[in-house]
Amino acid sequence: MLRFLLIVLFILNSSFLNAQENNLNNKITKNLRCLICQGQSVYDSDSEFANSLKLVVEEKLNDGLNEKQIYIFLKEKYGEWILYDPEFNKNTYFLWLLPILMFIAGGAIIFKLFYIRKN
Amino acid sequence: MKLRIFPILLIVFFITIFFIFYKGLQNSNIYTPVVNIEKNIPSFKSKIFSTNEKISSEQIFKGDKFYLMNIWASWCVPCRDEHPLLMILSTQKNIKVIGLNYKDNKEKAKIFLKELNNPYDKILLDENGTLAIEWGAYGVPESFLIHNNKIIKKIIGPLNEDLLLEIKKLAE
Repeated sequence: MLRFLLIVLFILNSSFLNAQENNLNNKITKNLRCLICQGQSVYDSDSEFANSLKLVVEEKLNDGLNEKQIYIFLKEKYGEWILYDPEFNKNTYFLWLLPILMFIAGGAIIFKLFYIRKN
Repeated sequence: MKLRIFPILLIVFFITIFFIFYKGLQNSNIYTPVVNIEKNIPSFKSKIFSTNEKISSEQIFKGDKFYLMNIWASWCVPCRDEHPLLMILSTQKNIKVIGLNYKDNKEKAKIFLKELNNPYDKILLDENGTLAIEWGAYGVPESFLIHNNKIIKKIIGPLNEDLLLEIKKLAE
């Protein structure tokens, strides 16, 4: 009975680990742009390039690389264009800060119009 | 006076945004690879096409010789077009042409070489396309001119007469 339970536990555990790895694999390939097909992620594409890239991501995960390390590896090969989620650097800081700036500016307008005028 | 500064600032803000987006419209949204940046060649191990033996990149690219690493496949039509130019390059003493057979059927690849001749000093096997990714390639044909373990020129698409001359000049 104990042996049976252990086997069931082992199977469940390994399938859970597999599912976790697959989720991470999917998450990474969804954030990678298929460079030879327009407007598609590597995850969505079935091109030769995308299929090879999916295998590379799987290999790198098996080698023990984490998500960030895989992005760095691919960025070095293909440039930042391969990432859908651009990183915060001197070329993208405006892109990241613009919504916050607009939010603050909007808040200031509202504050000025309603709060200060009432007082 | 205070009231006037605010609308002016707002207009300036929107004009700035307009120009940023207008400039953004002119950028190409098609991937344009950088081809003239010197990069180190990747370190890898691969099977040799003819013998299936494993070979490392250090054993292939030695010293200060020039190598042209060409990614090809028998199913790729432009590869057929550039093949005569590779044959010319293979006669050059200072350049060694290395082939990377990409996602191909081995028998068909052999027929391809029998039909058009073999310009390659060595042919490596890339059965699932992962080695091409290590090289930063995204399709076939693609070629890399290598000197001192560095990629000095990347050619995307088939070779042509002009590129052939450029390669010969670079390798002088």
